Amino acid sequence: MSDFTNNFWNLYIVVLTVLGVLGCAVLLYSQSKYKVAKHNGPVGTTGHVWDEDLTELNTPMPRWWMWMFYLTIVFGIAYLFLYPGLGSYAGKLGWNSAKEYKTELAKADSEYGPLFEKYRQQDLKAVAADPQAHAIGERLFLTYCAQCHGSDARGNKGFPNLTDKDWLHGGAPETIKQTIMNGRHGVMPAMGAALGSDKDIENVAHYVLSLSGSAASDPIKSVFGKSKFSACMACHGAGGVGNQAMGAPNLADKTWLYGGSAETIMETIRKGRDNTMPAFGDFLGESKVHVLSAYVWSLSNETK
Amino acid sequence: MNAPEPQVIRMYEARQEIYPREAKGRYASLRWLCVWLTQLAFYGLPWLTWNGRQAVLFDLTTRKFYLFGLVLWPQDFIYLAALLIICAWLLFLVTAVAGRVWCGFACPQTVYTEIFLWIERKIEGPRSARIALAKQGPSLQKFSKKTAKHLAWGAVALWTGFTFVGYFTPIKVLGAESFTLAFGPWEWFWVLFYALATYGNAGWLREQVCKYMCPYARFQSSMFDRDTLIVTYDAKRGEPRGKVAKDTGKSVNGGSCIDCTMCVQVCPTGIDIRNGLQYECIGCAACVDACNSVMDKVEQPRGLIRYSTDRALATGMSAQDIRRRAMRPRVLIYTAGLLLVVIAVGTSLALRTPLKMDVIRDRGSMGREVDGGAIENVYRLQIMNTTEQSHRYRITAAGMPGLALATKDEVTLAGTETRAVPIRLRAPHGAGATGSNKITVQLTALDDPALTVKETAVFIVPR
Ligand code: SF4
Ligand code: SF4
Repeated sequence: MSDFTNNFWNLYIVVLTVLGVLGCAVLLYSQSKYKVAKHNGPVGTTGHVWDEDLTELNTPMPRWWMWMFYLTIVFGIAYLFLYPGLGSYAGKLGWNSAKEYKTELAKADSEYGPLFEKYRQQDLKAVAADPQAHAIGERLFLTYCAQCHGSDARGNKGFPNLTDKDWLHGGAPETIKQTIMNGRHGVMPAMGAALGSDKDIENVAHYVLSLSGSAASDPIKSVFGKSKFSACMACHGAGGVGNQAMGAPNLADKTWLYGGSAETIMETIRKGRDNTMPAFGDFLGESKVHVLSAYVWSLSNETK
Repeated sequence: MNAPEPQVIRMYEARQEIYPREAKGRYASLRWLCVWLTQLAFYGLPWLTWNGRQAVLFDLTTRKFYLFGLVLWPQDFIYLAALLIICAWLLFLVTAVAGRVWCGFACPQTVYTEIFLWIERKIEGPRSARIALAKQGPSLQKFSKKTAKHLAWGAVALWTGFTFVGYFTPIKVLGAESFTLAFGPWEWFWVLFYALATYGNAGWLREQVCKYMCPYARFQSSMFDRDTLIVTYDAKRGEPRGKVAKDTGKSVNGGSCIDCTMCVQVCPTGIDIRNGLQYECIGCAACVDACNSVMDKVEQPRGLIRYSTDRALATGMSAQDIRRRAMRPRVLIYTAGLLLVVIAVGTSLALRTPLKMDVIRDRGSMGREVDGGAIENVYRLQIMNTTEQSHRYRITAAGMPGLALATKDEVTLAGTETRAVPIRLRAPHGAGATGSNKITVQLTALDDPALTVKETAVFIVPR
C-alpha cells in the first residue's frame, strides 16, 4: 500500500480507519454506561419515549458480550499495528504479498530443486532421453514457450519452428540452452534505401526466391537481382546460406520465418525485421532452463 | 407524558439446570439404536480401506473426494449441491409427517448429549443423586466425581475431534502422529476445535442449542400443520389430574394423569408437556416412555402421552385415520420432489464418465498452411483421468472431410493424472469454408470404450 501517487489518499485512509475504530470504541463505551440491573431488582428504562407512552426498557447486552466487542477493537488495533492497513504504513511485521509469494516460491524450489539439480548435473542429451524430464520439460514449455512458439512448438509467423532442423543460431543442445538463458535479438536492417528503387528490391526478392529453387521466382528479375544481392552477402553469405554465428537465416532452404512469397520478402528487405527472443535465465533459473533445453532439443531429434 | 411507572416484565431468565431422568422404553431403545448406528458410522468409516487407500477421505490438498469406489473432483462439486438439496427435501418430508423426530433421535446434538448424559449417569448416578451432588458443598468426593466426569467427556470429545480430522487427513497417519503429538498446526486446531465444540455443546449447552441456537428449529413451524405427528398429552383423558386413587388407578380427581411428574423429569429440555405443544419440545418421546411405564404400573391403558396430531386430538381420530391423513398434498409434494432429485442424482452419477477433457485452441496462430496446401490448427487438450487406474486413450477428430491428427493419436495417463497434451489437426485444402468450422475432438480409452468424452472445438481455415 505504498504506491499512492498522492499523499492525500494515504491520509484519507488513515483518518477514515482511525475514526472508524475510535467511533466503535466511543459507541461501545456510551452503551456500556447502562448497567444490567441486579438480578431481581426492577429493570430501568433508557429514557427513550415514543408515541407518547412507548418506553424502551434497559436490557443491555450481557457484559461478556460487551467484552467481546472491546476485544475486537483491541484485535483491530493490534492488527493495524502489525500488518499493513493504515495507509502506506508497512506494519511492524513487514508482511506483504510479494514476500508471501517469494516464500512460497522458495518452498517450492526447496521441494523440487533437488530434482532439477539432479538433471542439471547430467548431459543435455541424457536429460532429453529421460521420460520424467521430458514430461517436466513439456509442462515448462507449455507454460512459458507455447504463447509464441505454439503448443506444438511449430512456431508462427515471426516465431521460429522448433521441430525442424533449421536453426537461426544453431541447434546443438548447448546452443539452445544459450538461446533460452540469454535470449536472442535478431535484426535485419532496412535495406530499401541501400538497394535503390522498388524495381531493384523486387529483383533482389526474386533472386532470393531462386536460391531456394522456388517456382515463384521470375528468372529475368532474378538475374537482375543477383548483382544487387552483394549488399546482403555480409550477413547471409555469398550463396545466401546464412550465418548461425550472427543469427542470419539461411535463404537457400524452404523455411521462412515471415513467409516465402515475393511480397513478404520485398517487405522484409524494404523495412527490415527486428526479432526478440527474451532471456529466461534469470526468470527460471539455470536448472529449469537445462531441462527445458533438453526438451526443445528433443523436439527435432529423436531420442529413442 | 405523565403515565404511571410501567409494569416491567423481565425478559431475561437465567438458565435452570436440567437433570433429565433416564427414560426406558420403546422410544429410548430407538434412540439408542440411532446413537449406535450414527456413531458406528462416524467413528468407523475413516478406518476402512478401499483400493489401498482410505475408503472415505476428503482430500482437500489435492482437492479429491474419495467415497469408496467413487472419486469426486472439484468439477463434481454439483453433487454436493445435490446432496444438500436431498437433505433439505428429506427434512421437509420428515418434518411434515412426524415433526421434530430428527431432533429427537438423530441430530448430533441429541446423540452426543445422550452419550454425555450416559457418562454423567455412570459417574454421578441417577437424577436424584446428581441433584444432591449439585446441592452439596465442596467435598473431595464431589471434586473427584466432577473431575472424572469431565475427563471422560474430554476423552470422548478428543476422540471425536480426532475422528473428524481423520476424514480430511489419512486417519492412520494421524493416529501415528498422535503418539508423538506431531500434528501439523491445522490438525491441532481442528482436533481441538472440534473436541471443544463437542465438549461444550453436549456437556454444557445441551438443550440451549436446540432452544436458542439451532436454525432448523426456527423454520420448522412452516412445515408443520394440524396433521403433523407431535408428542402430545391427551388432556381430555388426563385432566383433572391429582394423586392416584388406589382402587381405580386414576387420580382422585378422576383424570388419568396421576401428577407423578415423571414426564417432566425425563424431559431433556425441561418442559412440562402437559401444558400443550411448546416450541422447546424436540419430539424425543422420552415423556411418552416415562408416562407409559407409569400407566402400566397403575394398570391404565398406555398412551396418555403419545404421538398424535393436533387434529386427531381435537376430533378424536383413530390411529388409522391419522395414517390416512398423512397422505396429504403437502407430504405428497415433498415426496415427489425428493424422488425427483434422488433419481436425477442417481442417473447422473451412473452415467458419469470419469474422464474429462477441455479443448483449447492455440491463440497465437489462426491456422497455418503446410505442404500440399493442407491446413493445420494447434490445440491443447487438458485431459483429466479421474479414475484411479492408468488408461491409454485414443484421440480422434471429426467434423470436416479428411480431418485427421497430425500428431500422435494415443496418450497414456496414470491414475488421477491431469495433463496438457498438444495436438495438431490437419484438414486437406478446401475441406472447410474460410473462417471457423465446427469440429469435435473425441477421447476414448482403448481398454474401456465406455470411457469416452467428446468436446466441440473450432477449426480455422485462414484466408
Ligand atoms: S416434552 Fe417429551 S418429547 Fe418433548 S422434549 Fe420433553 S421429553 Fe421430549
Ligand atoms: S408421567 Fe403421565 S401420569 Fe405422570 S405426570 Fe406425566 S402425564 Fe401425568
